[in-house]
Amino acid sequence: MSDDILEKLSCPVPFSNYEKVLMAHGGGGTLSQKLISKMFLTQFQNPYLNLLHDGAILENAGNKIAFSTDSYVINPIFFPGGNIGELAINGTVNDLSMCGAKPLYLSLGFIIEEGLLMDELWRIVQSIKNAADIAGVQIVTGDTKVVEKGKGDKIFINTSGIGFIPDGRNITPLNCKAGDKIILSGKIAQHGMAIMAVREGLNFESEIVSDTAPLNHLVEEMFSVSNRINVLRDPTRGGISSTLNEIAQSANLGIMIEENKIPISAQVSAACEIIGLDPLYIANEGKLIAIVSSDDAENIIDKMRTSKYGIDAVIIGEVTEENKGKVVMKTMLGTKRIVDMLSGEQLPRIC
Amino acid sequence: MKFIDEYRDEAAAKLIATKIADIITKPHTIMEICGGQTHTIVKYGLEQLLPKEITIVHGPGCPVCVTPVESIDKAVEIASYDNVIFTSFGDMLRVPGSKKDLLSLRADGKDIRIVYSPLDAVNLAKENPEKKIVFFAVGFETTAPANAMSVKLAKKLNLKNYSILTSQVLVPPAMELLLSSPSTKINGFLAAGHVCTVMGYHEYIPIAEKYKVPIVVTGFEPIDILQGIYLAVKQLEENRFDVENQYARAVVKDGNIPAQQLLKDVFKVVDKQWRGIGKIALSGLALNDFYADYDAENIFDLQVSSFEENSLCIAGDILQGNKKPFDCAAFGKTCNPEHPVGAPMVSSEGACAAYFRYAKV
Repeated sequence: MSDDILEKLSCPVPFSNYEKVLMAHGGGGTLSQKLISKMFLTQFQNPYLNLLHDGAILENAGNKIAFSTDSYVINPIFFPGGNIGELAINGTVNDLSMCGAKPLYLSLGFIIEEGLLMDELWRIVQSIKNAADIAGVQIVTGDTKVVEKGKGDKIFINTSGIGFIPDGRNITPLNCKAGDKIILSGKIAQHGMAIMAVREGLNFESEIVSDTAPLNHLVEEMFSVSNRINVLRDPTRGGISSTLNEIAQSANLGIMIEENKIPISAQVSAACEIIGLDPLYIANEGKLIAIVSSDDAENIIDKMRTSKYGIDAVIIGEVTEENKGKVVMKTMLGTKRIVDMLSGEQLPRIC
Repeated sequence: MKFIDEYRDEAAAKLIATKIADIITKPHTIMEICGGQTHTIVKYGLEQLLPKEITIVHGPGCPVCVTPVESIDKAVEIASYDNVIFTSFGDMLRVPGSKKDLLSLRADGKDIRIVYSPLDAVNLAKENPEKKIVFFAVGFETTAPANAMSVKLAKKLNLKNYSILTSQVLVPPAMELLLSSPSTKINGFLAAGHVCTVMGYHEYIPIAEKYKVPIVVTGFEPIDILQGIYLAVKQLEENRFDVENQYARAVVKDGNIPAQQLLKDVFKVVDKQWRGIGKIALSGLALNDFYADYDAENIFDLQVSSFEENSLCIAGDILQGNKKPFDCAAFGKTCNPEHPVGAPMVSSEGACAAYFRYAKV
């Protein structure tokens, strides 16, 4: 073989310790990260994708456009606080918003399992319309497929969206510096525990309700106060822990948070205790983490608290020079510990 | 939350830590034998509050970690059958056997389900008469009564398709083994609170007397553990070796008598292999002859061979409190939660996994 051909030869399957894809590869933690970096990123590399942000930031004729996609496979499709429909709209609206963009247009793709009740589909469609109206976005293109019974899980939805990023906004962890404040917009682990309660048939006296919500209006309120917002992320799968770890690694800085400052409702906290799960790793659907200049942090918080989805906003910590790439938490006892990236699925403990 | 927030109070923690520092005059090594306590100590960084004279060591208190690899292999073999629904608590799914773990087997399409109670598995047996339902009955005395109840219930309902694969261990024999070792450095014990809610703590009195070590029945919240340590240190400073009950809100001396009766009805005490330690006489539970039909090892023809641990792994030393995870050359490198080499890295309550997750900053 010639040297040219030898140089071009590469193993078709990137090195992996796993023969098959596991649920954990979609969990938002370490295994997800590795799948993306080792298999996808190595093949699809380009400056937009390499940033691995919630959305890609593209330029066209001097305008910055954000483009994002997300798929929704949740089971159950109806849960306290919403259904897969509004999740699909809010999720992509929020991903665009996390780029600093004003979301405008969405695509909507359905993969429907044969046998789904027409009534359920109608309810989902109504929720999609409602969510789109609240967020102020239009669904401009779509696709519908039906697969045989057993080849889907009632319904899968994909939404992709575009939005325009006004001048002056530059969301990237590379802009973070030590001393920046970390803002969390409200109470954690609502969505994940609402789903868990339904799945496990746990009936709490006061129902835990998903926090699915569009965050674009909240983000605009924040930008009306200051442009010195360096990072915006919505902590979905993997919880706030995974999001903060990803930011710390991308920024190559440390993050210090205070356990006492992290807002969580009593019911969610109790549900986590009963099942044996750590709320830091549980999905949120209507919350954001922002890393902002320390000078503007208090004013941004005050503004957020006037908004429906930001009333519980709080500063939970700051960016540090020490412990680069790691998230450290000051516990409620005043001691310190690492908040590690989720490894695999979070499995409830035995005893 | 009641009975939780008070036991995670910063001021109370600092007060107890100060009291410990006030009374301590010499080094003491205290062992806890409970994965839940290991988890709390590392998660809340309790050692950062304690005076340097105190060394906390973690014993073999994680039932997942001490489950022999052969048991995992048996579970994998059973779960591989097409007509089986294999049920288990969550953290057992990730434990690697000699070839495979249950989570990967689930990805292969086998029916493996997480349950929160063995009674859920009994319900599955009722609802799926054409399938064989097997529950992986792992744990210390804490989980044994519920597992016993499931078998008793299955027999009462005349279910022919329910069985348990047992790996139940008992705490006191392990404590005796550790204390009887000539190289033991253990001065005092924190006894596992939830084991004692079932068994009471009268079993520890002869151990405390024989080996002259204080044993304090301790809960799982940070304040419980600090109080437990305080009581142990106080005894050591006063040269006493009694059994004390810090976890009085959940534990009484005689324990839960009906639960103990259930264990006597259903199980017999047997010699048991502990991963990382070896065989400990009369340290495990197995179904007695009356319930032999519910023992998965009698129902399935299992072809499992014995397993040799990776020589890199120093689990034995860690589980016996002789070394810490940081002392291991493989810790955090070849051995991590995604690719555990040995037992204590596997479960989130194993010492190595707890240190990896929450390691001192």
